[in-house]
Order: sequence, then structure tokens, then C-alpha cells
Amino acid sequence: MSASGGKFARFPHHIVIFLAPATIIYTLFMIYPLLDSIRLSLYTTDGVGAYHFNGIANYITLISDPEWSGAFWNALMNNFKFFMVHMFVQNPIGIMLAALLSLPKLTGRTTYRTLIFMPTMLSVVIIGFIWQLILSPLWGVSESLLEIVGLVDWFQPWLGQETTALVTLSLISVWQFVGIPMMLIYAAMLNIPHDLVEGAIIDGATHWEIFWHIKLPLILPTIAMVSILTFVANFNAFDLIYSVKGALAGPNFSTDIMGTLFYRTFFGFQLQLGNPTMGATVATMMFFVILLGVLFYLFVLQRKLRRYAL
Amino acid sequence: MSKARNAVNTAGIHAILGTYTLIALWPIFLTIINSFKSRKAIFRDPMGLPGVDSFSLKGFTKVLVRSDFEIYFMNSITVTVVTLALVLVLGAMAAWALSEYKFKGNKWLGLYLAIGIMIPIRLGSVSLLQLIVDMNLANTLTALVLVYVAQSLPLAIFILSEFMQQIPTDLKEAARCDGVSEYTIFFRIILPLTRPAIATVGVFTLVPVWNDLWFPLILAPSEKTQTITLGVQQFIGQYVTDWNAVLASLTLAIVPILIIYILLSRHLIRGITAGAVK
Repeated sequence: MSASGGKFARFPHHIVIFLAPATIIYTLFMIYPLLDSIRLSLYTTDGVGAYHFNGIANYITLISDPEWSGAFWNALMNNFKFFMVHMFVQNPIGIMLAALLSLPKLTGRTTYRTLIFMPTMLSVVIIGFIWQLILSPLWGVSESLLEIVGLVDWFQPWLGQETTALVTLSLISVWQFVGIPMMLIYAAMLNIPHDLVEGAIIDGATHWEIFWHIKLPLILPTIAMVSILTFVANFNAFDLIYSVKGALAGPNFSTDIMGTLFYRTFFGFQLQLGNPTMGATVATMMFFVILLGVLFYLFVLQRKLRRYAL
Repeated sequence: MSKARNAVNTAGIHAILGTYTLIALWPIFLTIINSFKSRKAIFRDPMGLPGVDSFSLKGFTKVLVRSDFEIYFMNSITVTVVTLALVLVLGAMAAWALSEYKFKGNKWLGLYLAIGIMIPIRLGSVSLLQLIVDMNLANTLTALVLVYVAQSLPLAIFILSEFMQQIPTDLKEAARCDGVSEYTIFFRIILPLTRPAIATVGVFTLVPVWNDLWFPLILAPSEKTQTITLGVQQFIGQYVTDWNAVLASLTLAIVPILIIYILLSRHLIRGITAGAVK
């Protein structure tokens, strides 16, 4: 009798029962910790561990105190470099692979797709260790490979040098995750109406012209979506740096990003003790950076692209 | 003329895709073949396949003797399976309520639950650790399951709601005319119908949970509760110089995921591409 929901003044109990478990777990273990972390970033602890309200003093310390600001700006800049390498290497490779895979009458399409996507499934930790072994001068695999192509003089311990370590790690991450842009852009390309492409072929356009003038503009919204996904993942990254370079993100903090800085601040390292309130401050900074990125995507990129790309 | 040019083009396309496939697979392949070789062979001929005189299982025996690999493995399986089951049932219940019933605040609740798709749960770690400690759940698998369920629900609810909107209304209305309760409708009719979406939700939940390092590291780092990802990370940290053991532990961590991937790749790829269409 009380079957059809919604029309009754009293809130139907089955709706509550369906929604409650998911909402409670999500609120308790996701939303509450996020909000409470933001609250904690406004506090400080004293010698006996009591919390005192501190306003935005932690943020001022983080961005301007000589003891903290160096590490913070270093991690933030490194994180931007990490993201930029993804943008300018991962996206072009992903677009190229997707464009090739979506060409008509290609045999072995599914096999290529499945195999190229494989590294994405593996743990970042495992991938980090594998590349550490491969790039290790001890093993010499990369050296002998470079010898085959005649570039052996090129070889350097890329992961060990301050100038190259961060870019090398970014490229390892690109190698692992290029399957995601490839797959999403490939799906977008399959959705392009056939008439458009066929019309262009009849007009005598080459594959290259079709790609450049028809397909690329139509997949711009997908590229924007891939970019924001990459942005969020990059500014939240930790596992790769931690497993290859440890919490100290060496050499000399040259691979330190926000995730590793957060870990060290929160748990401490070497002689410095862990600091939960400063940890919460670093995490909240990461939250703001990610939020800015997401809002930029939702309110600028998505709107603009929707207007032009349809 | 044009036919010959087409053949050249096709060969070129296969050359590029083939080369990239090699780049994607070679590091994984190299790790696996070398884990079956003796230490000498690993260094003398890294690219060679294990042969009669270079074959060795020394690395694997070392890993199994020196670490609790079986425990890590069981921990990972327990956490992943329990998380997956909870996410599917609780996620389907919420998705059903949001897509089926019209009530005040429906849209807002949907938006609220969607925040977690974009904002990573890791950013709340400071308070989350405090909460877990206060609940006496530190160093338990329960802590990991609760956090992973919270982390996976937003995307699961999103995918399942899209799916549930496609269930024909006749089915539900017919049941309602027979006076069947809303619970029976959901558990007997709707839940079985969501089976096709389960594979998609499954892979999106399973992979990040299985591969995660952060939460095992901060919430459950004890020897008895380590997951495979954390276990391998700690093991390698300890035995960096023992190449046999390192390669073997990497292989042990890779192979199960590769098997699952090969079995599920079709669903996974369909899931990703279907999601992108929207």
C-alpha cells in the first residue's frame, strides 16, 4: 500500500534504508576527514599535545617561513613540472595511438589496445621498481639497448642525478598511464559521425587532413577531461616517488612533490618529528590546488569547448 | 599505385603500433624472464630467455622463506573482495534510490555523493588516521575496507545510476501492481538486472584498491596486516641488493593482476569507453 514512493507527506522509510549505509560510510570516512583536516590546519599543538586555534598562521608559515617555504615551493614547482611532462608527452602519444587505432579496416586493433593498456593495471610501486632496475647502471640493460641503436654515449644514471631524476620519474609515469588517454580518446573518435569523415574523403582529403581538421577539434572536450583527470592524479601522486626515491625524494629533494612533502610533514623524517597540524595544512593546500583545477575545468574549459566543439 | 601506397601506409601503422606495444610490454617481460634465472645469468645476459643452465627458482624460494608472502596475498584478496561486495550492494542500493524515487533533496544528495569522484580521499588522511585510531581499528583490515568502500562508492553510484535509468519501467510497475514491497523489487528484480554493470564497477574498484600503497602504509603497516603492494615495497626495501629475490617478488606481484586483466580486459575496455561517451 505504501509502495509508490514520494507522494506521501511522511518520508518513506525504504528510501532512507536504501540510502543510509552508503551515505553514512561515505560521510564518516571521506567527507568528515576532509573537513576535519581543513579544520586542523587552523590549529597548532603545544608541548603536551593540546590543540590551540591558530588562524591562518600555519599557511603563512608554510609559504613564507624560511624553514618551511623552501620545501613547499620546491614541491609545488616540481609537481607542476611533473604535470607538464604528462601534458606534453602523455597527451600527444595518447592522441597518436588513438588516432591510429581508430583508422578504418585496421586488423589486430583489440590486441594492440589490450596490450598497450596493460602497464596501467599494475601497481605504481611495481612499475617504479621495474624501471629502477632497468635504468640501474649496475644491471646495464639500458646501456646495452642504447648500444644497439648506437647511442651508448648517451647513457647516464638518469634516476640518480638531480637534473634528470624528476623528468625521468615523470616519463615512467607517462609510460604507465598513457593507456588512459589512448582509450578515452579512442572512444571519442569512434563516436565521430561517419558522414563527416566520408564526406571529407570524397572531397579528396588525406587521413592527415581529416585528423587535423575534423577529428582533433571534435575530441578537444575529451582531451580536456583527460587533462583534468591527470591533473588530479598528479597533484595527489605519492607512490611512485616513495617507492623509487623514498620519503626524502632525493637526490637533494629534486623529486619532492606535494604527496611526499605531505607524508614527511605528517609522519616526520630523520630528526624532524611528525606534525599533524602542519600535515593537515599541506593536505589542505593540495586540496585547494586540486579544487582550482577542477573548477577551472568545470567552469572554463568545459563551457568553452561545449560552445565550439559541437 | 594507390593500392601500393595503401599497403605502405598500413605497414607503417602496424610498425608504429607494434613498436609502442613492445615499449609497453618489454619492461614487464624482462622482469618476468629474469626472475627465473640464476644471478649470474641475470647479469651476463639480461635479455636472454631462461635456458637449461640459467634456469633457477632461487629467487622465489628466498621470497617465500624470508617474507610472509602468503599472508600479504590473503590480506589483499580479503580486503579487495570484501570491499568489492560492499561497494556493489551498498552502491546499487543508493543508486537505485537516487534514480528511482523522487524525493526532496534527491539532486543535492546525488551531487554530494559525486564530490568523491574528483576529490581524493587521501587529502583527509590526518583526520582519517585519528578517526581509525579512536575507533580502535588501527592495523586492522577492517580499517582498510571501510576507507576503500568510502573511496569507491562515488564512482560506483554514478555508474550504477546511469545503468539503472535504462531498466524498463514496465518491470517495476508490474511488480508494484502485485503489491510486492519495494525491498523485494530491489533485491529480487533490480539487483540481478545490474549484473552487466558489475564488471565495470568491479574493475574500477578492484584495481585501485589492490594497487594502493598509501592507506596500507599509514593505517595498517603491521606485519600481519600488510597487503601485497606494501609487502613487496617493504621486502624490496630490505633486500635491494638481492636481485633474484627482488625480481621474483615483482613477478609474484605482477602475475595475478595480469591474469585477472586478461580475463576481464573486454569488460574493462567496454566500461572505460562507455563511460567516455557520456
